[in-house]
Amino acid sequence: MLQVSIYRYNPETDQQPYMQEFQFDTEGKDLMVLDVLEQIKAQDSSVTYRRSCREGVCGSDGLNINGKNGLACITPLSATVKNNKLVVRPLPGLPVIRDLVVDMSMFYAQYEKIQPYLQNNTPAPAIERLQSPEDRAKLDGLYECILCACCSTSCPSFWWNPDRFIGPAGLLQAYRFLADSRDTATDERLSRLDDPFSVFRCHGIQNCVNVCPKGLNPTRAIGHIRTMLLTRAT
Amino acid sequence: MVTAVTSFGRSGTSDWLVQRVSGVILLAYFLFIAWVVLSGVDYVSWKALFAQTWVRVFSLMALLSLAAHAWIGLWAVVTDYLTERMMGTTGNVLRISSQLAIALVLFVYVVWGVQVLWGY
Repeated sequence: MLQVSIYRYNPETDQQPYMQEFQFDTEGKDLMVLDVLEQIKAQDSSVTYRRSCREGVCGSDGLNINGKNGLACITPLSATVKNNKLVVRPLPGLPVIRDLVVDMSMFYAQYEKIQPYLQNNTPAPAIERLQSPEDRAKLDGLYECILCACCSTSCPSFWWNPDRFIGPAGLLQAYRFLADSRDTATDERLSRLDDPFSVFRCHGIQNCVNVCPKGLNPTRAIGHIRTMLLTRAT
Repeated sequence: MVTAVTSFGRSGTSDWLVQRVSGVILLAYFLFIAWVVLSGVDYVSWKALFAQTWVRVFSLMALLSLAAHAWIGLWAVVTDYLTERMMGTTGNVLRISSQLAIALVLFVYVVWGVQVLWGY
């Protein structure tokens, strides 16, 4: 039997959060963590978490699984369970609304700050703004982010300054627009990132790279932003 | 966002660059001092070494780098942990008083260091 320990907190009835233990029979199958949660919820419908697509595309079920952030739907038990124990907690650093559901407002506020949309002050062409295959290739490894918040909530700099440090997810997207050949707001974007917190709270510990369920590399993107800032500021 | 007036250069890019350059200078200086000490040194040769202007200039450069490096590093630490977000208004009092204490210590070290380098 798999020992499953789930973080529980209902602000209406609980004084404090607590860990609830469940015994779970996997019947020898290598299930995804989400499958385990679904079956536990079938026994105890009060267990609360977010989920939607169940295939690592929507980014709803970012959780702290055995101490490491990841998407429950694409994390197989074989990749995370040691000593027959599965501990599931909400993403660290964000306020808990209930059980495994966190309030992502601070995360989205940082995303909003980087103005995550194409800005171009030249007249719109008749059909579309063209981009060479080489310029398009620069967006690979950036556009795939699903905003699950696994990276930003594993980053100590984001834990201490979620209001001032953009965090790895926001910065990956900031670079996605800085690197886009069709975007003409590069200078304005960079000037909003020059302060000591937005980008420079990143000390390069790469927790973000370690947890990203899509295999993206925010640290590298942050390095590119830093190079762009330095190039223009020196 | 309000400009961080206590950061070293008022800009993250500037602080980052100063931190890296001062780090390289400190590494070079400490390798130099380690090499001098390891190759054997007595009072006479140590005094003769520091009688040379270039050693004093290099030492002052390292001292100023140390002050800048320490300020940028400790500023990042106190603005991470000693904040209103982490500990309420106590955080603000602790942060500003720590910054004053750190600035005072670094200032004293720099002036004292100049006296040591050129005073003997």
